[in-house]
This record gives sequence, structure tokens and C-alpha cells, in this order.
Amino acid sequence: MPAIVSLRDVVKTYTRGKQKVEVLHHLSLEIPQGDFVALMGPSGSGKTTLLNLIGGLDRPTQGEVTVAGERLDRLGSGQLAKWRARHVGFVFQFYNLMPMLSAERNVELPLLLTHLNKAQRRQNVAAALAVVGLSDRAKHKPAELSGGQAQRVAIARALVADPTLLVCDEPTGDLDRATADDILHLLQALNRTHGKTIVMVTHDQKAADFASHVLHLDKGQLVEGQTAAA
Amino acid sequence: MLEQVAAVTLMNLRSLPQRLGTSWVIVVGIAVTVAVLVSVLAMDAGFRKTLAGTARADRAIVLRGGSNAELSSTISRENTLTIMDAAGVARGPAGKPIASAEAVSIVALPLKRTGTAANVTLRGVGPQAFALRPELHLVAGRMFRPALRELIVGRSAVEQFKGVAIGGHIAFRDSDWTVVGEFDSGGDAHESELVGDIETVLSAFRRNLFQSVTVRLESAQAFDRYKAALTTDPSLSVDVLRETDYYAGQSRQLNKLLGFLAVFVGGFMAVGAMFGALNTMYAAVAARSAEIATLRAIGFSALPVVVSVFAEALLLSLLGGAAGAAAAWMFFNGNAVNTLGANFTQVVFRLSVTPALLAQGIAWACCIGALGGLFPALRAARMPVAAALRAG
Repeated sequence: MPAIVSLRDVVKTYTRGKQKVEVLHHLSLEIPQGDFVALMGPSGSGKTTLLNLIGGLDRPTQGEVTVAGERLDRLGSGQLAKWRARHVGFVFQFYNLMPMLSAERNVELPLLLTHLNKAQRRQNVAAALAVVGLSDRAKHKPAELSGGQAQRVAIARALVADPTLLVCDEPTGDLDRATADDILHLLQALNRTHGKTIVMVTHDQKAADFASHVLHLDKGQLVEGQTAAA
Repeated sequence: MLEQVAAVTLMNLRSLPQRLGTSWVIVVGIAVTVAVLVSVLAMDAGFRKTLAGTARADRAIVLRGGSNAELSSTISRENTLTIMDAAGVARGPAGKPIASAEAVSIVALPLKRTGTAANVTLRGVGPQAFALRPELHLVAGRMFRPALRELIVGRSAVEQFKGVAIGGHIAFRDSDWTVVGEFDSGGDAHESELVGDIETVLSAFRRNLFQSVTVRLESAQAFDRYKAALTTDPSLSVDVLRETDYYAGQSRQLNKLLGFLAVFVGGFMAVGAMFGALNTMYAAVAARSAEIATLRAIGFSALPVVVSVFAEALLLSLLGGAAGAAAAWMFFNGNAVNTLGANFTQVVFRLSVTPALLAQGIAWACCIGALGGLFPALRAARMPVAAALRAG
């Protein structure tokens, strides 16, 4: 499979006060299309920073980040926003649903960035909610859903625009074991049956076990198990 | 893009109930500012309207040369005849000029509201005064009779001063004057006055000089002819003014003061309200940072976020503006107040909250809201998505 994510010699530095902190040190990696990768590592190892670079939420201080054929390090913030709308679906630890919108309206949000008309959007929303098994909760607001259901809605939102890549930041971090396993099975199914490439940050080894590959980060560097480092 | 903007704005507005407490800061702050601003401007408009209502373009007032008000003017009896007989003056059915040689004096009367004494104009008018000013008409009682110490009193004066109702007695110049009638003149400046027979007034004040002559012109266009007739007469040294110009001049100082007050007080309050709006909107952006960051992560551009924050600030300001304007209209419109006029006497006028002032108040509110929403909106747009997601 060709690489859908490719990072070459990436450095990411943050400025905290007068200090510059290098979070990622000359990191290179490739993730093939259709892979399900878990990023693990201790707090402060740079997992979320790496995920943000892959998801186009941030730009590297140095190096190349190519995802879905686009050099993200060369895009401005407006171009990155458009790119994200086309290529990435995000799943967050705390779901990040809009509390005032129903499940179906939340799922519809990414489709407002497409040229689909209302009827087409409604159709896609219904399909996405069916994939996550929540068709009967379409009219419910996030406050009326359990944690697991809310995360399923978030996954439906991530899926609905048919992105190239799913980026999941601790998707089971706020859930009990049984619910977490349900969500992980769902992600696994999306990877295996729908061919979605998934990059997931997790602290949980059991969650990482659902992935096809596990990358370990420590102090801003990959330490073992990385796939086809360049 | 429009659909994005509409969706994010609607979403933002639907989340307003969760931020009701802080949102009230904007609404109340702006409402108070607009109410104060509109009421001060309503005073200005009311005073302007009262004095403008007193004047007609086809009337002229003649004062001694160099006088800027009736109180400082004197005109001899023989000059009044020349002034009233000049070319351009309209004449009644009997051929008499429609004109009134008048004298004004100051009478101290207690205000109903405070009990403190305030100066009121006592105007002595000639027999043609009511033909000259058809807007004056009796609404109660009867007309004063010549040679008797009788007065009629304007409706505004009756509302504001004690002891001037029909049957009341007013003591001045060692004599007792009886109020026999009440007149209405559409809320103009004369309605704040006591009016009596000119000869009786002059005799009570032991005077032989008049202070002004007001004439009805054949038409508004006859003014230049009339003015030329008087100013080229070597026996006269007078200023001839269109009544409209005279009363506009009388109101200029107070209008300036009220205009300054409105801008100064309203401006200060507006700055305060704007900081309140800024603070509230910054808090709103902070409270919504996770939502905003999520939308940005999904791919929404900065514009819908800016518009949504801006729209919230504008909507709250509009609510505040409308509430303030409504309060000003409900509580102040038509309220009678008095102020010192050009003759050092009280002019009673009514606050006039006009549609234009309401619109002006709401426009101020929108400006405050726009300024108060602009910087928080820009902050929301520039919020680093990754950092905001982590913080949220």
C-alpha cells in the first residue's frame, strides 16, 4: 500500500515564555493507506503534537509533512482548513459535540462544507448514524446521550464526509472498559470493512491492541515498532 | 460559505441561553446608555420643537437695534406705530395691521415640583395679538379684559407653576392679578407665559416703552420688503428678524449645551458599555473556545466564526438599544420640563422622543456592539486550533 502519511525530518518547537521547547526531534515516519496505527507514549512524549501535524491542525517548525498527497507544511491556515474538511475526520477524547445541536445536526456539520444539497446531506447523515448504530438517537442532543453514544455520534461526524483519514485523540479515554471496547470494535470495523486509515493516540495498551501497528514515542522520537521509517 | 456562516451563527445564538448572565451585562449596559443618550437628545429636540413651534415664517419681530432678546429691547410708542404701518404688514378686515406691540416682564412663581420660585414671563399684548397668533386659543375660562388686572395663562405654565389655575391670584407690583383663562398654543414657548393687556401691564410696571413689535406679513416673501422699509427709515434704529430666525437664535445656546451633554455623557457611557461588551464577548469566546476550535478542526474557516461572534454582540446590543430606546420613549416622551429661556424666564417644553432619535439610539447601540464584538471575534478567529482543543 502507498503511504498516505509521510513525515520527513520533522521538528516541532513550542515557545513557552522565553523558552523554546523542542517537542519532536527530527522525526520521520510513513503510514500506509488503510492502516490502523496506534500512537503510544508517556505524557509529554509528543503524541498529540504528532497527531496534530498529521491531522493538519498544526504545522511543523521544520521538515516535511505530506498527507493524502498534500504538503501540509506549505499550506496556510485557510488552505489547511479546506484540506482538513476534505481529508480528515476527527474523534476527540471528550467528543466535542455541539451541545445545542441534535445528534444528526452534529453529524451534518462537516457536510455544510461540501456542495451537497439538504436532501443529500440528510441521506449521508442517516447513513453515518446507521454505521455507528445510532439511527434511533438522531434527534437527541448530546446531553441526552451516554458517553459511548456521544462518542459514536462523534465518529459518525468524523465519517460522514468520507475522509481519507480518521484522526482519533484518546477516543476511549473518557469511557468505561466495555464501552471503550465497543468504540474500538467500531473503529476496527471501519478500518477493516470500510478501508479507513486510522491514526489513534492512546495511553491504553488494550486500546492499542485493536490497531494493526503501534508506534511508541518517547521524548519526541519514535522508539520502536514504527512502520517503514524513511 | 453563506450556509456555513448561517449555521455557525445560528449555533452560536442557540447557545446564548447558556451564557445568559454575562450576556445581560451587554444588554443592560447598552440599554442604560441609549436611554440616557436618547433622553438628553429628546430634551434638545423638545426645546427646539417648542421654540420652532412658536415661530412662523410669515411673522416678523422687531427689536431695538443691537438687542438680542425682548428683555433688553425698548421701542417707543410712536415707533411702534411706524413699525406696524410699514409696507408688507398684513391687514385685518377693518384695515388694521395685524401686529402687536408688546412688553415682557419677569414674575416669580413657585414651581409645583419643588416649591422654589422660578421666573415666568408676563407678556402684555395688544388687541390684535390673537389675530396675529391664531395658534393661541382659550381652552378654559375667558379672555382678559383691557384696563383690568386680569391674566390668561398658558397650559404649560398651569402644569408647572402653583397658583396660576383659573380663579387664582398672582401678586406682583403691589397689586393682585386674577387668572381668568387658560390658553393652548400647541406647546410653544408662549404656553409658558402669563398674558395680559399691554396697557395694563405697562401701567402696572410704570413703563411707557414697549419691548418688541410682532407683525404678520402679507406673505413669507414680504419679509425683505418689510425689513427694507424699517431699516431704511432714518427715524428707526431696529433689528428686524423673521420669527423663525429669532427663535432659532434663542434656542441655539441651549441646543449646543444639550448636544454637548448628549455627546459627552452619552460618549462616556458608551465607552463604559463598550468595555462591558468587550469583556462579555471575550468571556463568551473563552466559554466557546472548545466549540470554536472543534468547528475550525472540522474545516470551518475563520469567517463564519468571526461573523458568529460579531452577530452575537450585535444582537445583544440591538436588544439593549431597543430596550433603552423603549424605556426613553415610555418614561420620558412628553414629559414637561422647564429651563431658563432668553428672557431669563422659564420656558416649559416637552421631551420629544422622535423616531429619528430612537433610530439614532439604536445606531449607537449597534456601534457599541460592533466595537465590543470586533476584537473578541478576531481573537476567536486567530485562536490556535490545536492549543484550544487541548485547553477545551
